[in-house]
Amino acid sequence: MSDNAGKEQGLQAGTPVPWRGIWVAAERTGERAADVTLELLAKARVLGDKLGAPLAAVLIGYHVDGLAGELIGHGADQVLVVDHPELASFTEEAYGGVLAGLALKYRPEIILAGATLMGRAYIPRAATILETGLTADCMDLDIDPKDRVLLQTRPAWGGNLFATIVCPLRRPQMATVRPHVFKKVLPDPARQGEIVSISPEAEWLEHRLRVVESVKDDAGDECRLYGAKVIVVAGRGVEHEKDMALVKELAGLLGGAVGGTRPIVDQGWLPERLQIGQSGVTVSPRLYIGLGVSGAVQHVAGIKDSEIIVAVNKDPDAPIFDLSTYGLVGNVGLILPELIRQIRLEKTGRVV
Amino acid sequence: MPLNIVVCIKQVPDARTVRFDAEKGTIIREGVDAVINPVDLNALEAGLSLKDALGGEVTAISMGPPQAVEALRETIAMGVDKGVLLSDRSFAGSDTLATTYILAKGIEMLGRFDVVICGKQSMDGDTAQVGPGLAVRLGLPSVAYVKEITVLNDGGLFRFRRETDSGYDVVEVEPPFLVTVPPLLNTPRLPSLKGKMRAKKADITIYNANDIKADLKKIGFEGSPTRVVSTAVHAFNARKEMLSGTVEEQVRALIGRLKEAGLL
Ligand SMILES: Cc1cc2nc3c(=O)[nH]c(=O)nc-3n(C[C@H](O)[C@H](O)[C@H](O)COP(=O)(O)OP(=O)(O)OC[C@H]3O[C@@H](n4cnc5c(N)ncnc54)[C@H](O)[C@@H]3O)c2cc1C
Ligand SMILES: Nc1ncnc2c1ncn2[C@@H]1O[C@H](COP(=O)(O)O)[C@@H](O)[C@H]1O
Repeated sequence: MSDNAGKEQGLQAGTPVPWRGIWVAAERTGERAADVTLELLAKARVLGDKLGAPLAAVLIGYHVDGLAGELIGHGADQVLVVDHPELASFTEEAYGGVLAGLALKYRPEIILAGATLMGRAYIPRAATILETGLTADCMDLDIDPKDRVLLQTRPAWGGNLFATIVCPLRRPQMATVRPHVFKKVLPDPARQGEIVSISPEAEWLEHRLRVVESVKDDAGDECRLYGAKVIVVAGRGVEHEKDMALVKELAGLLGGAVGGTRPIVDQGWLPERLQIGQSGVTVSPRLYIGLGVSGAVQHVAGIKDSEIIVAVNKDPDAPIFDLSTYGLVGNVGLILPELIRQIRLEKTGRVV
Repeated sequence: MPLNIVVCIKQVPDARTVRFDAEKGTIIREGVDAVINPVDLNALEAGLSLKDALGGEVTAISMGPPQAVEALRETIAMGVDKGVLLSDRSFAGSDTLATTYILAKGIEMLGRFDVVICGKQSMDGDTAQVGPGLAVRLGLPSVAYVKEITVLNDGGLFRFRRETDSGYDVVEVEPPFLVTVPPLLNTPRLPSLKGKMRAKKADITIYNANDIKADLKKIGFEGSPTRVVSTAVHAFNARKEMLSGTVEEQVRALIGRLKEAGLL
């Protein structure tokens, strides 16, 4: 399964069965397609039109066929469904094995997936089985029509550099893409597509991991930093633990998520997975609001791709102001309640 | 049950000393210190504490230029038993696919291994791909983003809590396996005095392409399917505006801006 060399030569010489078409490896949140999947379908539609290539969504899991209609409505011409009890829980081995197995059988020229925790855990396995190139964490994609090459742009060094990467000679070309960089389109319920049910080969499903328990502990949107449109970040300038409730309230009013700097996580006011920065999560919301955040390089590394950065800090010389879109100099203890008061007024026309 | 534990470490430029050349779109290498990739210290700590609990041996392995020997010496100062450097001019230009091939060839030289530990991602490569890819090369199951490690059956079975997009999973697997670990898993130990002494004298094994019997088509530039076509320094576009006035006025001004941006 891992000898790609012959096929690669075949590609150059023009094999009877060329690698054609774009795939999006679909992901779920609950019973729906994940936002990043829908965003990728929208982008892949555009790329596919440039290539004159069909677009397929790949749906791996158990009892997942219910999602196929949603994927077609969002742009897929075809949904390849691999539905099997062995795939009920996510294991890197089986999901990677199924995706690679499918790719060898149906030969897509491009495979895209979300740069989610799940995508980043199994897509590299598939790429390694296929012995092809994979670019992590892309923020932009385009096509060079001349050679049907995918131009993959990704940040490096905490967003300080951007690199454009290609995989000219091997197929498929594979990339994971960050949530929220592309816009999903409104679904078209009248769109027609084909649902193809594929029974997996036993070898694809082999795995040695036993998932004992799968726990959802995201109380609402709060924990979904990766996909969040708005993120309110608590820094050490949030002086009292009780004020964390206000931070959450503000995030809630804005339909966003809460994150923290390392000191906030270290003192146990937020769980570790909400730490933003070099040793935590990298985020790219449309709006970042930093409350009492100084702007240390290790934190800034994780927020540079935010569209609008708002900083609240009592020190007018705090480094965070150098990269903020809007700066408010003052005490978090006063500005935070005022923000909540005015936004609430804005939304409901009254102060509660 | 004593375990043979392998930890993959990478020497990377120290983020605190890195500067960027906006014209060339590259990082400026001069005056940059080299350090062990920060999260690889957590991987080392995980390996060393498994050894403390179960016995066995910890080997640190790295692919890199000759000076990466220093990084391996540091790991010995922390308590690692053996350091292995995979170094050859022909390894240069390796992308993650070629890197996993080389690391796998190097690890296979060690004989038996039960647990392979990688950091979640490197500061410079920053792909989080090497761990899962290496597992495929070694024929191992992989578990990414392990947040909690429980040893069962005296090391015959491991239980992990691993982070997922919606919460966490509890998973179990028997050795051999590969895990990748995130930064906050543990607090890496500091080198001991005794360790430092030992590190000075320690022999670091160095293997070249020939030693690991690498297929030259699978390493370096030739073995790397991806190519970087361009790099650019990200022009950080801070439309810096300091809002003025009383608390109430500043907040009002901000809300006006957010409404304009369609965020309210
Ligand atoms: C290897 C390494 C990795 C790291 N990784 C991360 C990471 O991933 N994420 C991360 O966040 N950090 C990380 N750090 C830590 C980082 O260096 C900083 O220490 C941290 O980001 C600072 O958090 P802060 O801004 O909340 O706190 P501080 O730096 O203490 O800043 C608090 C700010 O709040 C202001 N302030 C205080 N009181 C008030 C008030 N009442 N009203 C308004 N403003 C107020 C102060 O003026 C100050 O600017 C890392 C460090 C190292 C060495
Ligand atoms: N050259 C290398 N030598 C040894 N280990 C490496 C190397 N590159 C990456 N790794 C390991 O793989 C992890 C992920 O790296 P990356 O895929 O580059 O983000 C690192 O934290 C290391 O544990």
